[in-house]
Order: sequence, then C-alpha cells, then structure tokens
Amino acid sequence: MTETFYDVLRRQGISRRSFLKFCSLTATSLGLGSAYAPKIAHAMETKPRTPVIWLEGLECTCCSESFIRSAHPLTKDVILSMLSLDYHVTLMAAAGHQAEKQLEEIKKKYKGNYILAVEGNPPLNEDGMYCIEGGRPFVEILKETAADAKAVIAWGACASYGCVQAAKPNPTRATPIDKVISGKPIIKVPGCPPIAEVMTGVVTYMLTFDRLPELDRQGRPKMFYGQRIHDKCYRRPHFDAGQFVEQWDDDAARKGYCLYKMGCKGPTTYNACSTVRWNDGVSFPIQSGHGCIGCSEDGFWDKGSFYDRVTDIKQFGIEANADKVGGTAAAAAGAGVAVHAALSALKKAKKSESTEKVTGDN
Amino acid sequence: MNLNAAAAELENDPQTAAGKTVYVYEGPVRLWHWINVLCIVVLAASGYLIASPLPSTPGEASDHFLMGYIRFAHFAAAYVFTVGFLVRIYWAVVGNSHARQLFMLPVTDMKWWAGLIRELRWYLFLEKQPYKYVGHNPLGHMFMYLFVTVAAVLMICTGFALYSEGMGLGSWQDRLFGWVIPLLGGSQATHSWHHLGMWGIVTFVILHVYAAVREDIMSRQTMISTMISGHRTFRE
Repeated sequence: MTETFYDVLRRQGISRRSFLKFCSLTATSLGLGSAYAPKIAHAMETKPRTPVIWLEGLECTCCSESFIRSAHPLTKDVILSMLSLDYHVTLMAAAGHQAEKQLEEIKKKYKGNYILAVEGNPPLNEDGMYCIEGGRPFVEILKETAADAKAVIAWGACASYGCVQAAKPNPTRATPIDKVISGKPIIKVPGCPPIAEVMTGVVTYMLTFDRLPELDRQGRPKMFYGQRIHDKCYRRPHFDAGQFVEQWDDDAARKGYCLYKMGCKGPTTYNACSTVRWNDGVSFPIQSGHGCIGCSEDGFWDKGSFYDRVTDIKQFGIEANADKVGGTAAAAAGAGVAVHAALSALKKAKKSESTEKVTGDN
Repeated sequence: MNLNAAAAELENDPQTAAGKTVYVYEGPVRLWHWINVLCIVVLAASGYLIASPLPSTPGEASDHFLMGYIRFAHFAAAYVFTVGFLVRIYWAVVGNSHARQLFMLPVTDMKWWAGLIRELRWYLFLEKQPYKYVGHNPLGHMFMYLFVTVAAVLMICTGFALYSEGMGLGSWQDRLFGWVIPLLGGSQATHSWHHLGMWGIVTFVILHVYAAVREDIMSRQTMISTMISGHRTFRE
C-alpha cells in the first residue's frame, strides 16, 4: 500500500496537532468553512498518494534535468512526499528486468488510477524502430501504458509538439503523443525544457485537487501558459517607448532595451518565463540579454530564424519573409502599372492623331 | 446563352447608352469607400512600423510611448475598418442591387465571363474599347471580391486573433477569433499571414487606383466622380 500524505508527514516528524492546524489553515486560506478542516484531514489520512509512471521516448532528458531543479516545491518533496514516482528511468534505483517488472506491477495494481508522464515522443517510421526500450519499440510501450492511465502529462516540446526531432524533414517521423494516444486527457506542458516550477506546479495541482488544471485551446494549463512572455516582460516599457536593441553590442543592449528587433519571440510565445523565471527565479533568457527563441511554441524549429522579427516563410517555394514576398508583388504591380500607363498614353495619342486626320480630310 | 450572344447583349444594353446617367453608389457605399481609404493607409503604415519599428528613441522609457501610439493607431483604425465592414454588409442587404455586387461572384453567368474576357483583352491592348457597365466591370469585380471582401474577412480574423493575445484568454476577441492562431500554426505564423495580407491589399490598391484613373480617361463611362457623387455618366 502506498503511503498517505499523513503517513509521510508523521514520518517527517510533524505532530498530529501541527497536522490538524495545517488542515484548518488550508481550509481557511481556500475560503472554505470550518467544517472543511476535518474533511481535508480525512482526505490526507486516507487517500493514497497518486502513483506516477514517467516514460522517456525520443528525447534528451532536459525535462528531467529541469524537473530535479525545482525550488518551489523542492523536487525531493514532490517525489518523496507528494507523489509516488514509481517508475522513472533516470531517477529510479532499479534497473533491467527488475525495473520492467516494477512497471508491469504498477500498471496492474493501479489500473486506471496512475498518472502517465511522458518525456519525448515516439518515432513512427520503420515500425518505431528508431526508439527501442527494453527490446520493444517505444510507441508500443507508450500506447499500453497510456491505455490504463487516469491522465497523461506531455512533458516538454517533444511530447507536446515534436520538437527538434520532428523538425523538417523529420526522418524518423517523430510524432507528438496526442497523435498516438486517444481517449485520455492529455495535459501539454511545452518548453525545451519546461520551467521546473511549472512542472512540479502542474503535478502538485493534479495531486492536491485530484483533477486536471484548466487547459487552453491547445491543451496547456492556463495558469502557466495563459499569457505571452511579452505581456509580463520587465523590458516591456522599452517596447512601448520604442526603445530597441539594434545590435548585440550597442549601447541599447547594455541599457537593457527591448530585444524585439533582434528577433525575440516573447510576443509570440506563451510561457511563464518572465514571471516564474529559471533556477529558483534567478533569471531567464531575456534578462540575460538574449531574445526568447519561442521553445514552448508548436514547431518552433521550423518557424524561421531565432534572430528575425519578420521571419521567413516557405509557402512560396523560396525562403523569404512577408516583406520580401509582398514587397516584390507590390513593386511588380507598380512597374506593371507604369509600363501599362505608358502604352495606354501612346495608344491614346495615336488614336487622337488618327481622328484628327479623319476630321482634316473632311 | 453562348459567349457571342452574351457579348452582343452587353454591347447593346440600353441602360448604358451614351449620354445617360444612372445613380449607382448610394451614400453609405461611397462613405464606406473613403473611410476604407483612410483606414487602409493608417493600417498599412502603422502595421509596417509594428513589424519593423522606427529607430530607437533616446532617454527614459517613461518619457516615450512611440510604439504604444503606433499600435493604438493600428488598433483604432482596425476597429473603424471592422465596424465599417459590418455596416457595409448590412447595407448590402438593405441597399440597391449594386451594393450587393461586392459580396458575390456570378461565376455561372455567361455574360459575366464574356465581359471578363473582353476586359482582359482590353487591358492587353487587343480591343479598341471595353463594354460599359453600370456597376463594376467583371475584371474589377473579381479583384474587388478577392482583395476587398475576402481579404477584409481574412485580415479581420487574423488581426483580431493577434489582438486577442493582448486582451487575454476569455476576452470576446479570444472567444470569437482565438481559434485562428492554432489553425495557422501558432502566433508567429499568424503574424506572417497578416503581414502578407497587408502586401496583398497594397498591391491591389496600386492596381485599383491605376485602373480607376485609366478607365476614367479611356473607357466610355465615368469612374472617379462616380465614387464621389454616386452618379455614372456614359459617353460615346
């Protein structure tokens, strides 16, 4: 039997008196009546911690690396106290057949009750042979494990959108997990990697409230992906004032002006970087003087240069941006008009000449 | 009806006999046209400057609001353009038959095709004169349908989708137009399409102004004064 929250708290030396005070305080801070304090206590005493299976497919483990750096809450509290992380290739002690046996056991024991967290995605070309785990294609393991899960978390750009391995021409046909798994709620937590606190925040929310966080149209939690980086950027006043970095080594760069002209993707990227920041809130890319590259947006590798504001599009067979394509069209129209006008004038002159002749003859 | 019969009918339309004057464009249609002119100039200029901003202003950020004003001009003109377009749709319903012309292409009408071919040949200097039309000629009609009606719908949809990003999730702009962004493959791609749309309209404006001036001089009907007074006069 998995430990309950209460068991964990007692094990960590918290008295029952402190525990009950915590429950009353929680009820109050959530705006619930005093009658809810015993209900919260009861839930924490009886509800087993939710088991989590963490699978890794075609990926670079940057999501796990980010996850273990969470400061609020500390990762150790998340994986040792809050949830029961029962299978995680990088973090678990077990290995080989022992680990695979463990996975099978969790799937059977907690059928329909565990959360599946997926880092990376399955490549579908050659029957999935580009990603083999325990002697089997990852796509098979993913489908089987998802079938009995309560909910699925898609960690990072890989699982959510495909990321670099799915960039054109995508030789392995790396595919976002929502195209492979059906009939299960999927929460996308994009980013390359996602912010540590966003990851633990999503997990904590699901465990505390026993439901999915509110999602937007693209299946991302609204609380972290509801606003663009631009909307909460501390350099935003420079944008509104029209003060931009024009070159990486100019005075404006030293003064910390807006990186819009340097191709910063903050205005088109939904993430919490400008509020939560990274490494326990120390900094984030724009604060370090480099524009956002939009790593939490769909297909960010195929959206043109990281350093252009008006990015190249490929719909016209050539790589050119909207200004080049549209400007060329407008210039061609202008030139065509000029030539056409000259020809028309010539024709009219000829016509009036011939009419004059006709009148002259009379 | 074959093409030749259609052509003959066009040439001998009693409505367009020389010396005749017809009331074509009603007040709201003409007003809409000139409001659109202003809106498009403001929208294209401010939109271009949003994508490629002016050189930086020096001094404290709190002393300036240049980008803010440019964006305000863009958003304000966009609201005027949108409201104008909605009122124009209303007028297409209650106005005269010419007010409806912009909203449908008569692709099943042989007369329309005959006119289109004649008009194309006229622009290639293969005809001595074009037919006369009370409303738009078929070539102009096609361009206006694509670059005014269809383009306006696309620009309003992509524009309000981008605007909704600033207004936030759950705003009416987001609820009505937010779906456009994932459909086009993200915010950056939506910006690119909106930007291309601007160039499409700019290209159309160049051709439209040229064609209007040219027809006013060379065809057998008034053009520019018609969009001012609403009356079209035909000549020999």
